[in-house]
Amino acid sequence: MADKLTTMAEAVAAYVHDGDAVAIEGFTSCICFAAAHEVIRQGRRDLTLCRMTPDLIYDQMIAAGCASRMVFSYLGNPGVGSLHCVRRAVEKGIPRAITLEEYSHFGMVGRYTAGAYRLPFFPLRSYKGSDLPEVNPRIRFVESPYDAEEIAVVPPLNPDVAIVHAARADRQGNTQLWGLLGVQKEAAFAARHVIAVVEEIVDIDVIRSDPNRTIIPDLVVDAVVHEPYGAHPSYVQGYYDRDNAFYLDWYEVTREQATTEAWLEEWVYGVQDRADYVEKMGVDVWDRLAPGEAMAKPVNYGRYR
Amino acid sequence: MTESTDMAQDYTPSEMMIVTAARALKGVRTVFVGVGLPNSACNLARRTVAPDLELIYESGVYGARPGRLPLSIGDPTLISGATSVCSMIDLFGLYLQGGLVEVAFLGGAQIDRLGNLNTTVIGDWEHPKVRLPGSGGACEIATNARRVFVIMRLKGRAFVEQLHFLTSPGHLGGLAEREALGLPGAGPQLVVTDKCVFDFDVETREMTLQTLHPGATLAEVKEAVAWDLAVAPDLVETEPPTGDELRLLREELDPHGMYR
Repeated sequence: MADKLTTMAEAVAAYVHDGDAVAIEGFTSCICFAAAHEVIRQGRRDLTLCRMTPDLIYDQMIAAGCASRMVFSYLGNPGVGSLHCVRRAVEKGIPRAITLEEYSHFGMVGRYTAGAYRLPFFPLRSYKGSDLPEVNPRIRFVESPYDAEEIAVVPPLNPDVAIVHAARADRQGNTQLWGLLGVQKEAAFAARHVIAVVEEIVDIDVIRSDPNRTIIPDLVVDAVVHEPYGAHPSYVQGYYDRDNAFYLDWYEVTREQATTEAWLEEWVYGVQDRADYVEKMGVDVWDRLAPGEAMAKPVNYGRYR
Repeated sequence: MTESTDMAQDYTPSEMMIVTAARALKGVRTVFVGVGLPNSACNLARRTVAPDLELIYESGVYGARPGRLPLSIGDPTLISGATSVCSMIDLFGLYLQGGLVEVAFLGGAQIDRLGNLNTTVIGDWEHPKVRLPGSGGACEIATNARRVFVIMRLKGRAFVEQLHFLTSPGHLGGLAEREALGLPGAGPQLVVTDKCVFDFDVETREMTLQTLHPGATLAEVKEAVAWDLAVAPDLVETEPPTGDELRLLREELDPHGMYR
C-alpha cells in the first residue's frame, strides 16, 4: 500500500494551486489552521475559499491576500462578533477585493453531499419566502416530478482540494474522527484531491479495531500529514479544548489591517511550520487547553472465524 | 420573608428573558438551541418545567448535557456525555427536516410584525451598512421546526416596518401564506423580549403584545415598535422569576454570570 505520509509544506505545494477552489472544513472543531498558514506562507493567490463558517481561518487567509472569492453560510466569529478582515476585503478591497456567494448551512451541506454523490443538485426544504435566492441565483426551485411540489435546489460543490483535520489516520490515509463530524466526510468525497491532517498516526491494526469510526477511507486521500495541535485555536475532541481566549482576542487584533499583518508576521511568516508555532505558543497554553479524560466504554466487535 | 423572596425582587432583564422562555418550554420534548440566552433557558426548563427536554444543536448534537456554558454551538462540552453526535447532513436531514424538532429558538437584528427575521445585512446586500452573520441554519430552522420562539431585546430599532433583508421566514405576508407555500412548521409563536412577551394572532398571524414585564410600560413598548402594535384585550403582567428559578440560574447553570 502507498505510504502517503508527507509534510504540510509538500502536501500544500502538491495539491493547492493558485485559482483553486479550496475547502478547509470542520464545524467549530477540527479546523486546520496549520494548513491555512502553510498556504499563506507559500503565497497562494486567487483561491475560491469554501466553508460553512469562514471563522478565523478564512479571516486570516483573506487578510493575507490568498482569496478572490468566498462561498459560505455563516459569516462571523462565533459568539464574539464580526470578522474584520473579511469585512475589509468585501467593503474596501483591502488587501484584495473578494466576492461572496452566500447560502444557508443546510444549503452548503447539501452542496457537498450532491458533490460527493456526483448528483446534479440537492433538494431541500428551505429558502421559500427568503431573500437569499434573490442575491444568489444558484439557489433555484424545481417542481417535483411526482407530486408537482416546488422545492429548493442547490448545485453540487466539488472543490479542487479538501483539507480535512481529524483525530488519527494510518499512513495510507484511513482517517478516524469522533466528536463533531461536521461535513468532513462529504467534503472529502466531493473533492478532487484530499489532504488528511491528523493529531496521531496509528497502525492499520488500530484502525481495523474500530472500523465504525473511519469516516474517510484511503481511497479518496492523496496525502497524510501528522500535525499535533494543527487545529489550534479550534479544537480536536479529547486532544485539546477550543482556545476561546484566542477567539476573543482576535476581534481586537484584527481591528486594523496593520495590526493583523503584524500578527501574521509573528505567527505565520515568522515560524517555519506548525511544530515551530506549537513551541512558540508555549507549554502553558497547551496545559491550559488539556481536556482531561472521559473514555468511551470499549465495544465488542466479536471474533468471527 | 424568606431569602428566596428577597432574591426574586432583584433580577436582571436577561434573567427575566431566560425564565420567561424556559416556562414556555413546559412539557416540550425536543428543542433546537442556540448559544447565549436560549442555552440558559433550555437548561433551566429541563430542571423545572420540562424534565424530558432534549437539547439539539445544529453542530450535530442530540441530547447534550453541557458541563459548562458553551461560547459556541460547537463547544466540546456539548459532545461529552451527549446521547448522540451525528454529521450535519443527518442533523439537518433526519432531525430537522424529518420533523423531530418541536421548538427552535431564533433571534435577529430585525423582526417585522409577521415574525420574519433578518440576520443578513443592514442596508443593501451588495453594499451593506452593516454586514451581519447571515443565515447559518436559521432559514431551514424557521422553515422546518414545528414551532419557533424568538428571543431578542426590544431596542435599537429592531422591530421594523420593513426588513432590510428577509433571511428566515416567519409568517411571511400573513394569514395562511406559510401553508400555501408548503412550509412544514407553524412558524413563530412567541417573541420574548426584555420588556414584554408577544404572541401571534391565530388568523392574521400579526404580532400581538401579550404580557408586560414588571416595570415596563405600554407606552415604551409601543414607542420601540415601528408599526401600530396590536395589544391583547386581556394584557397582564409577566410573572417575575421565582427565587428557585434564580437560584438554579445563578448557582448551578451560570455561576460566572456570563449571561446575567
